[in-house]
Formats: sequence, C-alpha cells, structure tokens
Amino acid sequence: MNCECSRQHSDLSLLEPVFAEYADVKGSLITILQHAQEIYGYLPSDVIYCIAERTGETPARVFGVATFYTQFRFQPVGKYLIMLCDGTACHVNGSARIAAAVQEYLHVENGGTTEDGLFSFSIVACLGCCSLSPVMMINDSTYGSLTPELVLEILKDIQAKEAAE
Amino acid sequence: MSRRIAVGQGSCGIAAGAHKVASALLPLLAGKDITLSTVGCIGMCWLEPIVDLYEDDRLLARLVKVQPQHTAAIAEAVITGDLSGVADLMITPEDNAFLTQQTRIALRNCGIIDPESIESAKQAGAYSAIGRILSAENGMTPEDVIECIKVSGLAGRGGAGFPTWFKWNAARQAAGDEKYLICNADEGDPGAFMDRAVIESDPHTLIEGMLIGAYAIGAQEAIVYVRAEYPLAIKRLEQAIFEAREAGYIGKNIMGSDFSCEFRIKAGAGAFVCGEETALIESLQGQRGMPRLKPPFPAQSGYWNKPSNINNVETFANVAWIITNGGEAFAAMGTEDSKGTKVFALTGKIRRGGLVEIPMGMTLRQVIFDIGGGIRDGGTFKAVQMGGPSGGCIPASLLDTVIDYKKLAATGAIMGSGGMVVMDDSTCMVSMAKFFLDFTAKESCGKCVHCRIGTKRLQEILTRIVEGEGQDGDIELMEELCNAVRDGALCGLGQTAPNPVLSTLRYFRAEFEAHIREKRCPSHTCTALLHYAIDPEKCRGCTACARNCPVYAISGAVREAHEIAPEACIHCGKCMTVCKFGAVTVQ
Repeated sequence: MNCECSRQHSDLSLLEPVFAEYADVKGSLITILQHAQEIYGYLPSDVIYCIAERTGETPARVFGVATFYTQFRFQPVGKYLIMLCDGTACHVNGSARIAAAVQEYLHVENGGTTEDGLFSFSIVACLGCCSLSPVMMINDSTYGSLTPELVLEILKDIQAKEAAE
Repeated sequence: MSRRIAVGQGSCGIAAGAHKVASALLPLLAGKDITLSTVGCIGMCWLEPIVDLYEDDRLLARLVKVQPQHTAAIAEAVITGDLSGVADLMITPEDNAFLTQQTRIALRNCGIIDPESIESAKQAGAYSAIGRILSAENGMTPEDVIECIKVSGLAGRGGAGFPTWFKWNAARQAAGDEKYLICNADEGDPGAFMDRAVIESDPHTLIEGMLIGAYAIGAQEAIVYVRAEYPLAIKRLEQAIFEAREAGYIGKNIMGSDFSCEFRIKAGAGAFVCGEETALIESLQGQRGMPRLKPPFPAQSGYWNKPSNINNVETFANVAWIITNGGEAFAAMGTEDSKGTKVFALTGKIRRGGLVEIPMGMTLRQVIFDIGGGIRDGGTFKAVQMGGPSGGCIPASLLDTVIDYKKLAATGAIMGSGGMVVMDDSTCMVSMAKFFLDFTAKESCGKCVHCRIGTKRLQEILTRIVEGEGQDGDIELMEELCNAVRDGALCGLGQTAPNPVLSTLRYFRAEFEAHIREKRCPSHTCTALLHYAIDPEKCRGCTACARNCPVYAISGAVREAHEIAPEACIHCGKCMTVCKFGAVTVQ
C-alpha cells in the first residue's frame, strides 16, 4: 500500500504557538484544526498525526472530527477558493447556471482545483447573502447578483491580475 | 449642528459596493466638518448600497443604489445642505413603505448605529437594561428577570418556539454553581440571514441580552457559537466584546455589582446539525457534532455536563428591550399564542427582498405583497417556503394564514428561524423537494439509521422522478418513508427532514403525478423532462440554432424550417436562447 503520509513533510514547528495556547485547554480540538488549516491551507495527514500526539487523542478520533465538518480540507486548495452558494434563494434564482459557467470556463469539477493551482471551486450551503442571490465568495470577498457573463468577467479579472504579477 | 454621512456596510452592502462608495467619499470630505460613519444593515437589501445623510440625529435623506460616481454630488449636498443634486438617488415613498410597515425590536438599531463603536450603541440605549437590573437601589433579582420574560411571552426564535423563561428557569433551578449560557449563532437554514444581520449591525444588543440571560440563570461564562461562514460577524462581535470588556460590562464585578461573566466566541466548522442544541454542545467540546439523547436536557446536563442554556441570536436581541419596556409591552403585540415580533429574511422571486420585522399576527399576504411588493419580473406567486429544510411550502390558497407558531404549523410548514423564500410559477416543486432532501441527506450526521438511510432513499426517489424515471407507487413509498424518518430520528433535523416532501405532496401532488405519469415538468424546470421543438411557421431558417447546438441535434437548410432530433437533444435550451424569432418552443 502506498501511504501518502510518509511523503509529506509539513513544517510542524509552525504549530507550536497553537499548541502553546490550546493544547491544554479541553475541548479545543476544532479550534486547533482551524488554526492548522489557516497555516497550511489544508490539513496534511502528518499534521493530523502531530495534532493527535500533542492533544493526547487517537489519530482516528482527530480524523473523525475533521471529516465531520465541511470546513476542513484534506487536499491543497488553489490560491483563490471560489465558494458558490446553493442556498434556497440562490437555487431559486439560478445558481446552477452560474455553476455551469464556472465549470465550463475553468474546466474544474465541484471540489476540484484548476491545473495551474489558481482556482478551487466548491458549491456550498447558504452564505447568508440571500438578497443578492445568486452569490459567491472568492476568498473573503462576496460577489452578488451574478450572471454567467458577470462571473466570467470576475474570473478573467483575477487571471489578468495574476498574469501581471 | 453637525452633519454626518452613514454608509450601510453589512456583508450584503459590502458585496454591492459599499466599501468603494465609502472610500470614494473619504477624500471628498477631508478638511470639512462632516463625519463619515459605518452603520450596519437596514435590511433593504435590494437597494444596496445605501447612504444616509444626517443632521445631528435627524435623517435628512436616504440615498439608494449609490455608486462611486455619485459621491461627488453626495459630498456637495452634505457640505452645502442643498439636497437637490442628489434628488435622483433618494428613496421613493413606495420603497420606504417597506420600513414604515414594520415594527422593529430585535432590529431596532440595525442600520442606524455604528456596530464598531460601543459609544454609538450606548447612545441608542445599549447596556441601560443590564444597568437597571444590577443597580444597587432598585435592581432586579434573577427571579424578577425570569418573571418579566415570562410575562412577555418571548419564545425561542430559532424555530422551535419554546418559552424562553421556562428554559431560563430550568437552568436557574438546576443544581450546581458552574453554569453556562450559550448563544446559537450557527444560522444554517439556507435562505435565512437574520442572525448575521443582527451580529454585524448591532453586536452590543446581543451581548447585553446574553448578559441578562447569564445573570438570570447564574452563569459565569457566555459562549457565542457562530458560523465560520460569517467572517464579518465574527470580526465585529470580537471588537464589541473587547470594547464591552474595556468598559466594564464583561468580566469581574460588572458595573460594580457582584455579578461576573466572561465571554468568548467559538467559530463553527460547517455542519448544519450543530444548530441542534445538543449537537452544538458536542461541537463546543471539540467532538463530532452528533445530537445527544434527551433527557437529560441541557438545562440539567449540557456543556461539560453542567447546566447550560442555549438561545438563538434573535431571542437574545429582544431581551434588553423587554427589560426596559416591560414584559407587558412585548406581550401586547402579537396573537394569543405568539407574542411580540418576528424577523424574516424575505428572499427569492420577491420585488423587495430584505429583513422584515413584524408583529406576530400579520398575514403572509401582508408580508409578501404589502411589504415585499409581490413577485418580481411580472411572475405569479406560487408558494412561499418557510423554515428551510425543516419547514414546508405554503401555497397561494393559504396566503391569508396568520403568522403565529400554531397557525403556521397547521399548514405543514413551521415558523422556523425566519427564512421566507418566495417562489413564482417558474419554480418546480418536485425539484424544490429534491433540493431540500439533497441538503438533509448530506447534512444528516449519521447517528440514527432512519435519518441517515431514509433521507438518502428519499433523495434517490426524488432524483429519479425529476430525471423522468419516476415509477407508479413512488409517491406512496415516499409517504411511508417520511413517516418512518420522522418517527425514528433522535433530533430535530431528522424528525423534520420529511417536511419539505410532505408539504409539497400535500399542496402540489399533481406536479408529482405529471412528472411520474406524463414525464412532464409543468414549470419547465427539470431539464430531463423538457421537449424542445421548432415551429416551422415561425422559423426563418437563419441557422443560428443549428450553429449553436452543442450536440449538432438540429438540421435544416438555410432559409428553410429547421428541425430538432429528439434522441440527440440534451435539453440544454441553447437554441431557445439564440432564436431571434421565438420559433423554439418548450413543453
């Protein structure tokens, strides 16, 4: 069996400040995982093993908690994470058309990342901006009242900005 | 006399461009005696970005759909006091009626105060209720507070509608010195954003409501469990907690009394089931968010098995108002069973969508048509979805239903947390039911077999129906499954998961039958059931459809009527979009 974790060499020292603050506070596992994801962009398996060891939990339990919540990712994500809302209001107002436009333009599946590593695409539950539906977030910015044309414009702007850098 | 410009900057306003407007205004006001302030969300989302002009505390003008190019005229108007240059931007009386028909208690300060300033909140009365409760001369005991909430008739605004005083009293009576007060801000219902708006626009009202609750039950620690998807709400709440602590409203010996209470925020990690109170407690303890068996109730054994009380954001947002104005004033509004006001997030195919707070007892028709302005783009009202994945769809024939916990439950929907998604005749109710079952099947935590497997099977049946492969007996099978899931699930998620199916079956059974028996989607939504055809009378043979068809399913010579090969057609509708002569029809 090919085990991925032996090939991963995350810089575990980055976790030290997190452990210093939370390792001894009971019930902090989710908070620690959230910080770890902020540091690495996702949860590499060696990081999960490290968290298990330092919190005194079994790796199985840490994986169990991490996989329960949609926020946690186990694969690296692109520089820009597109979260397209598929809440009720967005659904009624045509989020499926927006999803099709993004997928066609970037050649990316739901949950996938583009080959250049620039974009990850994820269809998510309600983002709570229903009055601007359909809505998406790219990293921390929210874009509303989307049309297939507008969404392509936004993606092209990002690509142009990246090409210029 | 001083003039002030307030730019509404909730998440929606920012997404609509409010930041750009504020940044464009800033240099224009340099050196002038005009303040530029941030306010939260007034709830008129379809008019964002919104800019208010004040003279002292008087609203001079409310400007809507403001863009950066308007800022020069706005700056000029506020500096000179001559508003004629911004007349085009002023809100119309018709749009303003959206606000004037509301009664705002939970939202009383939203869009008016600066959510990032405790001073602004205090000017609007924040912390005066807790001040009165804790005052040495005519203060209130915890029992007095609970009695006042009992008189008010306040019930849980998260959806279940359980009397707030009863929960507080149970936690107060529970044995033990270590108790916790928890705010459920894990607003997971798709189509609901009331809690986000309250936290982003008026976080001190939430903090004060929680302080009063903590005092009433005897808790030393208050925790707010917020969705991680609400970064701005978390940021503003952190800032508010910091300022409240500096000002002595949080911490030891609050306002010189012997009442002490600590506050902290816990960001959720994305699991709908964590809106259920025992699952939320599991999540707070760093576990998978799986519900516990009740009893024991959290009031006896909750967070770390200590007595705990959990209320929703909107519930807490009413508390300080009730203490200040008296329980009777709150109970004077509403119906016999449901007191006070309720906030709704009005969205979907509605002309004026946003946050609506109305006294209980108004009809759905008043909210959707009088306040919301009815259906947009000339559509016809078909149904309103209330209560999200736990609720149901209410048809046009029941639009005169009064908003009240019991009356709404009788329709098969529920009051819910306040999502009100309006649908027009272009919405397919079968695919709506499938949408909610997709959601609950994904969000089921997996603990109970009936919920885990039952929602999955329901989802599979609904999927085959919308794909044109429904079978005779599917409706009856779904009804049987729905009953089994409802009876066999431990928590609210599973018990209510069948509601979207049962309520659409109850009012829109003919649509299910059309899908199953006639392989037809009456609202032309389910792509697999659409049949495109070209009307030879109208077709001019321009070839646009044939050139744009992604699967080359259209044939025909130039200037002659074209034809679609049904076996090759993938029902994408591209031909219909590109035809300039209206020759493509769909059935």
